[in-house]
Formats: sequence, C-alpha cells, structure tokens
Amino acid sequence: MEIVLNWIHANEQMIYILVLVIFLGFVVIARVPAVLHTPLMSHANAISGVVIMGAIIVMGRAANNNYVALILGFMAVVLGTINVVGGFVVTDRMLEMFKKKK
Amino acid sequence: MGESILSIIYIIGAVTFIMGLKMMSNPASARRGNIVAGIGMLAAILGTIFLFRNSDGSPLKNHIWIFGGIATGTVIGVLAAKRIKMTAMPEMVSLFNGLGGASATLISVVEFTHLAELGFPPDQATPGILAILFSGVILGNITFSGSLIAWGKLSGKVKDFSFKGQHIINIILLVTSIGLSFYIGANLYSGDTMLLFYGLFFLTIVYGVFFVMPIGGADMPVVISLLNSLSGLSAACGGFLYDNKVVFTGGILVGAAGTILTVLMCKAMNRSLTNVLIGSFGGGSTAVGSKQQGSYKEITLNDSAVVMSFANKVMIVPGYGLAVAQAQHTCHELQKMLEAKGVEVKYAIHPVAGRMPGHMNVLLAEADVSYDKLIEMEQANEEFPSVDVVLILGANDVVNPAAKTDPSSPIYGMPILDVGLSKNVIVNKRSMKPGYAGIENDLFFQPKTSMLFGDAKKVLQDLISEIKNL
Repeated sequence: MEIVLNWIHANEQMIYILVLVIFLGFVVIARVPAVLHTPLMSHANAISGVVIMGAIIVMGRAANNNYVALILGFMAVVLGTINVVGGFVVTDRMLEMFKKKK
Repeated sequence: MGESILSIIYIIGAVTFIMGLKMMSNPASARRGNIVAGIGMLAAILGTIFLFRNSDGSPLKNHIWIFGGIATGTVIGVLAAKRIKMTAMPEMVSLFNGLGGASATLISVVEFTHLAELGFPPDQATPGILAILFSGVILGNITFSGSLIAWGKLSGKVKDFSFKGQHIINIILLVTSIGLSFYIGANLYSGDTMLLFYGLFFLTIVYGVFFVMPIGGADMPVVISLLNSLSGLSAACGGFLYDNKVVFTGGILVGAAGTILTVLMCKAMNRSLTNVLIGSFGGGSTAVGSKQQGSYKEITLNDSAVVMSFANKVMIVPGYGLAVAQAQHTCHELQKMLEAKGVEVKYAIHPVAGRMPGHMNVLLAEADVSYDKLIEMEQANEEFPSVDVVLILGANDVVNPAAKTDPSSPIYGMPILDVGLSKNVIVNKRSMKPGYAGIENDLFFQPKTSMLFGDAKKVLQDLISEIKNL
C-alpha cells in the first residue's frame, strides 16, 4: 500500500497528464466524421510511433561493446521509423484523394 | 540551455499531435493536420538525438547507428507506403502498427537486460519501473503478433482458426503472463530471472496470436483499431520509462483515441466489444445460416443496362468486392454515363462496408466521386423506397436481411442497408459463395433480386459498353 502511495506521489505529473490526455483523446476523436475514420486510424498509428524516441535513447546510451543493446536498439529504431514514416505517408496518400473533389 | 530547448520542442511536439488529431476531424484541414503532426514528430526526433542529456549530463552517442536505423526505416516505410494499393491499405496499417509494437517491446527488453547486468540495483529496479517494463513487453508483444495475424488474415495468408476451449486457454495465457510478471518482480535475485523473462516474452507472443486467430474477418476492423490503441499504450510505457512527456502524451492520446474509435465501430455493428472478442464469427462455427435455399435468378448485362438507363434513381451499394476488383474508377465512369442519361445516381455507404470504417469513402474518393453523392446508412434507408434500381457491388453482409429477421444469425442486430425497400435489386458478386462472415444471404433468393455474376471491374466495363450501345 505504502509503495503504491509513494509511487503515485512520485509520479504525480505523469498521472495528471494521463488523466487529462485520456479525456482530450476522447473529445477530439468523438467529433471525427465516419468518412475520415480510416485516415484517422492510420494517423493515430503514425503518432504511436513516438516510441521511436525511446528507441533512440536506448541506442544513444548503449556502450560501444554492448552488441546486444546496439543490435536490439538498432532494430527498434528501424521498426519505429517504418511505423512513423510509413504511417504519415500512407495517411497523406489517403487524404490526397479527399482533396480534389468537385 | 540545450535541455530547455528540448523541453520547448517536446511541448510543441505534443501540441502538434493534438492539433493534428483535431484537424483530422474536418476533410478540408485533414491533410494539413497530418503534415503538422509529422513536422512535430520530426522536430522531436531530431531534438532527442542532439539535445537529449542523460541524468549525468552526457549526450547520446552512436549517432551513426541511429541515423543508419532512421535512414533504413525511412526508405522501407516510404517504399511500402507509396507502393501499396488502395485495397491493401488496411493490411498496411495493421503491419505498421505491429512494427511499432515490436519497437516498444525491444526497448523494454534492452532496459530489462541492462538492469539484469547491473544485478538489479534496488534504486533502479523499483517496482514502478519493473511494472512499466513488463507492461511494455506484454502490450508491445500482443500488438506485434496480433497485428501480424490481422495482416495475414486481411491479405488472405492466414485462415480463421479456432478450437474448442480456446477462449479459456486465452484467459489462462493472459493471467499466466501477468502472474509471471509479478513472480519475476518478487524473485529478482533467484538466478533464473532472464529465463523467466524470455518465458514472459514467448507467452505474450503466443497470446497475441491466439487472441486474434479466432476472430472472424468481418470483425477485423475492430481488432485493428483495438491493437492500434494497445500500441499507443505500449509507446506510453516507453515514455514513462524515460520520463519523456511527449512520448507519454502521444502514446496515451493514441490509446484513448483508438479506444473511442473501437467503441464507435462496435456501435456501428450494434454489438458489444466483448461480443466481438469472444465472438460468434469464429471460423468453425458457421453452421448457422438460412434454412431455405431457394432458387435465384440471373440477369443479363443487356437487361441490367436497360433497367438502369431508364430508371429515375439508382443507388450503388459498394463493398469489399469493389475494392478487390479495383473497380472504383470504372464505377465512377458508370455513374457519369447514367447521369448523362438523366438518371440520379447515389452511393449508399454502410459504416462497416469493406475492411475498415470509411474504407469505401477512401476508395471512391480516389476515383474522384464527389462527397455529396455518398450518403450514410440512415439517410440511405429513408431513400430506398424511392429508388428504382439498387446495384450492389461486392457487398454482402451489410445488406443481409438476416440481421433483422433471424435471431439465430451471428449478425443479428447489426443495422443493415434495407435494399429490399427499393423496386429492383441487382447484385454483382463473383459467385454464390457467402460473404466474409460466412453467412448465407436470403436477399439473393428474393423475387426482387437478380444476380449479375463476375468480377466487379469486368462487369462494370461491360455494362458501360452495353449502355453506350443502347
């Protein structure tokens, strides 16, 4: 119990962000019309690639001779980049089609 | 100084993510919204590489490796995204999503291994940090293997598969994984820690596979959306780990948005999420179907052309078959041709037609079909009584009357397009085979309905030439 309470106290800021962003996510998405659902999903998917910054930190901290960390970190950077870049490009391709109407 | 600038970049990054999502809610600003969030992401990535400082003030190293990884990923990502066909878009999103999950898992693995090498110093291996690392592995792996299975299913590489008691095994797998996490956390210094950690890794991969395997194809959009929200949460674990607020915000934002989108999709099918996941669309249990297998009648191309040309109002109902045949441009051509003859043409869009919500809208937008021609389900159902001909192009489950009339049907309760209210229905399908949900469709045996077999693109091309010759 004590551990949990201390943990909450130590991470007060993150918990604030957690709660507020959950509400924000709900409100922002609730207004998206059905036409944009597919691009929206793809866009959100690209944003979830923010995890690449974690991968970059892993890589950047790894010692020169720590090959396990270097190789796994490298893979994490590659996969994260594919997620981010591919996600934004695919979304843009979909939205490009929406633009030229009438 | 550098770190203050990084803080500002991160704040701006988080704001661009929120603005991007907000701008996505309007077709006019959506594309800019995507670019805004992309720029925010780029700035945050570059900022991290050059300005991030460890707690001892040292900068990040291994720039060559980092840029090598980013360059490799960019080339693969751009090529994949540019080359993919519109029909394969849902699979692509699923695949990208899985890779993001894998990235999150790898981070947790490296950090856990690092802690193990240090011998789990109590000031670093705190219960909070361990919980985040285990959550990262569990969420990341479920996202990874689940998305790969969803990708395989949508591209037809993986068949539906379920066995008796699978749901029980799934629950056991998940509970064991969580229990194992607690066990590892409580017995850090026992010596077998790494072995148990690999066990956790393996169990969660298997769980992801088993989790998606029994869910039927018709429910795949819901699953991808759910996995998308899980990948957001796994990213948030990474953000928490490094006290990186932009990663944390982005991850939670996607987690929340993905959840809402999942719920919206379930609502469109009038089912609960539990029902989708424990689901009745499982591969093995498709014995439920229509009792009366009456006879159906076929219609010739020429007759179809005549009926449609002399109608006042034609409603086109597109489905996955249209996407598979890449017939959207031909479809638009047919629409223009009929309009030139004074026929009013509209498209009735079911919210879950195709393989993703909005799939049909994207597809038709690609062929330059204007927005105001696309009408949503409720409005379409009001208009059907005044429609002379309904042309169904590769849609099946979304027009199946069993959803309204047959309580034993797996899709009972799902709102459908009530095409039976119109005067004539022409159904274009490749064969009499049931749709993706594996259910027979009584609509095809009704007196108003005529079947026009063939590949959608071929049939539409032939229809166009028939109409020209009239």
